[in-house]
Amino acid sequence: MTELIFDHSHPGRSNDAQMLPPGPEPDDLPEALRRAERPRWPEVSELQAVRHYTRLSQLNFSIDTHVYPLGSCTMKHNPRACNALAMLPGFLERHPLAPPQAGQGYLACMYDLQNILAEVTGMRGVSLAPAAGAQGEFAGVSMIRAYHDARGDTGRREILVPDAAHGTNPASASMCGYQARELPTDDEGDVDLDALREAVGPQTAGIMLTNPSTVGVFERNIEEMATIVHEAGGLLYYDGANLNAILGKVRPGDMGFDVIHLNLHKTFSTPHGGGGPGAGPVGVRENLLPFLPTPMVGEEDGRYIWRTEAECPDTIGRMTAFAGNAGVLLRAYVYIRMLGRRGMQRVAEYATLNANYLMTQLREAGFEVAFPKRRASHEFIVTLKSEHDRFGISAMDFAKRMLDYGFHAPTMYFPLLVPECLLIEPTETEAKEDLDRLVEVFKTIRDEAESNPELLRTAPHTLPLRRLDEVRAARDLHLRWWPEDSAPATGTEG
Amino acid sequence: MSEVPSDLKYTTAHEWVRVEDDAVVTIGITDHAQAQLGDLVFVEVPEAGSSLGAGDAAAVVESVKAASDVYAPVAGEVVGANEQLDENPELVNNDPFGEGWIYQLRVENPDALDELMSAADYEAFAESEED
Repeated sequence: MTELIFDHSHPGRSNDAQMLPPGPEPDDLPEALRRAERPRWPEVSELQAVRHYTRLSQLNFSIDTHVYPLGSCTMKHNPRACNALAMLPGFLERHPLAPPQAGQGYLACMYDLQNILAEVTGMRGVSLAPAAGAQGEFAGVSMIRAYHDARGDTGRREILVPDAAHGTNPASASMCGYQARELPTDDEGDVDLDALREAVGPQTAGIMLTNPSTVGVFERNIEEMATIVHEAGGLLYYDGANLNAILGKVRPGDMGFDVIHLNLHKTFSTPHGGGGPGAGPVGVRENLLPFLPTPMVGEEDGRYIWRTEAECPDTIGRMTAFAGNAGVLLRAYVYIRMLGRRGMQRVAEYATLNANYLMTQLREAGFEVAFPKRRASHEFIVTLKSEHDRFGISAMDFAKRMLDYGFHAPTMYFPLLVPECLLIEPTETEAKEDLDRLVEVFKTIRDEAESNPELLRTAPHTLPLRRLDEVRAARDLHLRWWPEDSAPATGTEG
Repeated sequence: MSEVPSDLKYTTAHEWVRVEDDAVVTIGITDHAQAQLGDLVFVEVPEAGSSLGAGDAAAVVESVKAASDVYAPVAGEVVGANEQLDENPELVNNDPFGEGWIYQLRVENPDALDELMSAADYEAFAESEED
């Protein structure tokens, strides 16, 4: 393993050019709240810091260096212009507590972003407050709860979730005090309508659905599903994970959805995860507008203002101390403005074209796809069950071997209903040559599986680390940020 | 094919049920289920005293591949759980029908147990699911 930045630390070494000048002692801070000791920072030179983090970045598989067909995650290229514009000094230096009159430019962008996201999803109103997709889900289900409660309809305890759903859906339902009830998927990848009819009732608060679904097909019966759920008094929640496939083509609002969340890092090209700042805006239909999380941006006499609890007394409240992650929202705004309406449609067209091209090529090469009768949306599932039975290799082995060929592994073992599956999403930003290369790698690895399966079972062979012991890593969790032999006395390990 | 002891009853969710005395049943997941999940890294067992309806999620088994609920095959009250699994989730992989048992239920209505599958039926069911 690589060393920690603290391993380079040397007492007294510093990086003066980067240090803030010493300021005055804070005389208004109560003694009890002041640090007794300096924080434990690494004491390294600028060059050491640069080298350490550059080395780490070189160990990475990333979209900047490799094709990254990680299904359900939409690992597309983030245009550099989004970064550059979001980092204009006027944006960077704006303080979250600055009064609205000092941030009209920023507020104008956010006001526009709210309206564009509402327009493109067919919703009546949007709040940008949730700071990540999971928080968006929490906000969305909280609004469903607030809607039922406001009407005194408190007997609804269940949220329906298809078995192909993202694991976050039942988790969000549960966090909001609901029981998640699973719905089966039929042989062609649609939700089983008979099971849905049987499941709905006066206990149904709503249904959470991703469309296109996580098996990579468009839910064809969505209108009928909406009718069934609405007639039972429930609401439809749209998980925006796969919006990329239908952007500018079909709107969740037109399908009958009442509440949505969007993953800006997927569809709108903001940086992905890594524990960094996210954004999970939520949108609603007219009848749920009062419950949107605050603050939102409003307009009054040509000026932009924050709309807070004062103007929105029925809101489910705040998701963060301020108003979501400003920098992430700005990146999405720039991306959207660069694309325009036609550009958004092109995103969906090429995301779908690339997925279907790749699926067709792999099928012709003899790989089995999970839903052969269906056209793929933006992603599709290959099942390696036959290779597993014939050669004794698993989807995991296959995926690990892909790393040796310079491709990030697709999503494995999700959705759970397809055995030995790889969920493949090329996105619209990959070129045809790279897709063709991916097909060749699939063929090569299958040949290897036949002639030398051990090569797959022990892969990867070319990376800084070989096959990791995932079981031991999960059972025997041991994370640290401080060198082992000089752990702080406070025991802040983990 | 994985092991399917003939003296147990089975569910379509791949749980096994052993009928003990006094309307108490012991519940675990089958050899087939543990093989599908792969090495378990975490098992959450139910609390004694909690009452469960038939089909309610009772326990959670988590592997590096997936997390799955373990359901109550029939309605009843939890009377015991395998606390060893907290430290040693691999017992479910190594001995699914023995030391890897998950929890015990006092069954509300023992007749409901007749609805569960026999070993032969379960074997046929698991095979049909494979296709």
